[in-house]
Amino acid sequence: MNPLGEKYLRKNFLPFIFCPGCGDGQIVQAFLEAVDELGIIEDLALAAGIGCSAWIPVYVHADVLKILHGRAIPGAIGLKATKPTRKVVVFTGDGDGLAIGGLHLLHAARRNIDITVVMVNNQIYAMTGGQVAPSTQVGARTQTTPYGNLEKPLDGCKVAMAAGATMVSRWSTAHSKPLTHAFKAALNHKGFSYVEVISQCPVQTGKYILGSSAPQFIFQWIKDHCVQIEEPSKMEEIEAQGKIPVGDFLQVEKPEFMEEVLKMNKALQEARAKGGPS
Amino acid sequence: MEKGRIKVMQGNEACVEAAILAGCRFFAGYPITPASEILEGMARRLPYVDGFCLQAEDEIAAIVAVVGASWGGAKAMTATSGPGFCLMQEGIGMAASVEAPCVVVNVQRGGPASGQSTSTAQGDLYQARYGSNGDYSLITLCPSTAQECFDHTIRAFNLAERFRIPVIILSDEIVAHIREKVVILSPDQIKLVERKKPTVPMEEFVPFQAGEDDIPAMPAFNTGYKIPVISQAKSLSGNRGNAREAETFIQRIVRKVEAHIAEFAEVQTYGDSKAEIAFVTLGSVSRAARSAVDMAKEKGQAIRSVEIKTLWPFPDEFVVRALEGAKRIVVAEMNLGMVRNEVQRVIRRPEVEIELFSKIGGIYPLPQEFLRFLEEKR
Repeated sequence: MNPLGEKYLRKNFLPFIFCPGCGDGQIVQAFLEAVDELGIIEDLALAAGIGCSAWIPVYVHADVLKILHGRAIPGAIGLKATKPTRKVVVFTGDGDGLAIGGLHLLHAARRNIDITVVMVNNQIYAMTGGQVAPSTQVGARTQTTPYGNLEKPLDGCKVAMAAGATMVSRWSTAHSKPLTHAFKAALNHKGFSYVEVISQCPVQTGKYILGSSAPQFIFQWIKDHCVQIEEPSKMEEIEAQGKIPVGDFLQVEKPEFMEEVLKMNKALQEARAKGGPS
Repeated sequence: MEKGRIKVMQGNEACVEAAILAGCRFFAGYPITPASEILEGMARRLPYVDGFCLQAEDEIAAIVAVVGASWGGAKAMTATSGPGFCLMQEGIGMAASVEAPCVVVNVQRGGPASGQSTSTAQGDLYQARYGSNGDYSLITLCPSTAQECFDHTIRAFNLAERFRIPVIILSDEIVAHIREKVVILSPDQIKLVERKKPTVPMEEFVPFQAGEDDIPAMPAFNTGYKIPVISQAKSLSGNRGNAREAETFIQRIVRKVEAHIAEFAEVQTYGDSKAEIAFVTLGSVSRAARSAVDMAKEKGQAIRSVEIKTLWPFPDEFVVRALEGAKRIVVAEMNLGMVRNEVQRVIRRPEVEIELFSKIGGIYPLPQEFLRFLEEKR
C-alpha cells in the first residue's frame, strides 16, 4: 500500500466506493500529502454531505461527520464552534455545495469562520446517475437535459469570493502539486477557505457530456481546458475562450469569526467581573 | 443546600434559564414567532458561560449545526415553531440516525404552512413523532406551565444525553408567553446526566456497538477515537450497513427508547382520580381543564383530568391506568384529534366512546367550554 494510505486511511472501510478512473482518489492523495506535511491528523474534524465526493473524508482515519445532502457546512460550524482549535474541513461536490447546500456556503463565507471547503467539481450529479448540475456547461446533454442544458453554470469560486471567503483557489486533478499546496495553504489559513477541484467522472460526465468514458480522455480534456492564471481579473478572458481558469485567486487576512466570538465572550465576562452591566 | 430563586417569567425565558443550568453551551436558531425569545435569550446568556449562540441562515442549518456541536462534545439546543419545525425534520431524523443528543423546542403556533404566527395550537404532535423519513423513536415532552418549561428543559437534556437522541419539547404559544412564577433551582439541586463515554482505547472501540441498554458510548470528536459518523443505516463499525446490519441498527435505535419507556413516561391526574368523567389533556390545554375540574367540584361534580406530560412514545399503559374506571372520556386538544386517536388506540372498551373536544383557530378554550361540552354532548 501507498505509505500515506498505510498511515492515514481507515483500512477496514476499504476498498473505495469510487468508480475506476474517478478523480476522488487523487484528491484523497493530495489532501493526505497536505495533512502529512503539516502533521495535523489529530486536529482534523472532517464533514461531508451526500454525493461521490462526500465519501472522500470517510476513508481518512480521522473524526468524520458525514450527514445530509448539502448540510455539511452547518455541521462543520457546530464542530468548529465547540472547539475552535479543530481543523475543520468540508468535502462537497458541485451539486451538494452549489445547489442544495448553496445557501450554507454563502453564509459560512460571509462569517469568515475558519473552516475549509473542498469542492469537487465534476460538472454533474454523478452518484444519482448523471443529472444536470449547477456547474454543468450550457448545451450539455445529461439525463435531465436530454435536449441540451439551457441554464448558465454557477462559478463556485466567484460565489465564495463575492460572499466573503478570505482564501479561494481552484485547481484540478491534473495539478497534483499545486492542489496539495492549496490544501496546505487552506489548512494554515485563518478564515474561510474554499478550494475547488476540477475532477474527472468517466462514468457520467465523460460518457454523457464529453463523449468518452475513458479516464485518460477526460484527464486530457481537463489538462486542455484548465488554464492557470495569476490574477482573478483574468478569469473572464479565459472563460470567453471556453476554458476554465485555475490558480490561487485570493488570500487575505480578515478577522476570523470564532476568534471574534472568543474575544467578545472574554470582554463581556471581564466587564461583568468588574461589576459592569450583565 | 441553596434554595431556588423565585422569578416571574415567560415559558420561553424559563426554557433559556434551564438550558444554561443544564449545561447547554451551543445554541443555533432562526427567528420565528412565537419562539424567538429563546434564541434572543440564549444570545444574551451564552457568552457569559463560554458558550456560543448562532443565528443560522435557516432552520435546517440550525438543527444541523446543533448536531455538529453535539458530536463536538457540547450539549446543544435549538428552538423554533411550526414552519421552522418542518424544515428541521431532516435534521431531526439525521440526529436520530447519528445518535447525537440534543434538544429541540417547538413552540407550537397555528398551521398548516405559515398558519397563525401569533396564535396558539397543538397541531404538530404527529410531526414530532413521524416528521422525518424512516423508522426512529424519540421522546417528546409537553409542558403546560412556565415552571414545566423550566423542568422539562432540564429533563430534556438529561434524556437526550441518556438515550443519545434528539428530545422534543412541544410547548405552545400560551405556555411560551405566559408570565408566571417559576422556581429556578440552584445548580446543586439539579441532577444532570452526561452521555456515556468510551472506556476502552480507540483500537478496541467499536463505534456503534451498544451494551445491554442499546446505547453505545459516544466519544467527542478529537478525543482520539477517530470515529466515522455517517447518517446512513450503518454497521457496528460505522460503515454503510448491508440489509442485516441496517435492520439491526434501525431496530436498536427504536428499541433503546421504546424499551425504556417506564423510565421516563409521565402522566399526571388532576382532580378526583376515581371520577367517572375524565378529560385527557396536554400542554396549555391542561390548565383550562384544571380550572374546569375545580369549577365542577364546587358544583359537586367529580371530574379527573389526565395530563400527558410525555407524549411520545405514547405512554399507553400509563394512560390506561390513569383512565381506569372512567365511564366518559373526553380528549381536549387544539387540533382535530391527534391525541384522541392515540387514546382510541389504547382504550379498548366498547362501552366507552372516546369523545373529542377540539378547539382550533387560535382561541384558547375556556374552562366553561369544557363544562358546556359535557352538558351539551351528554
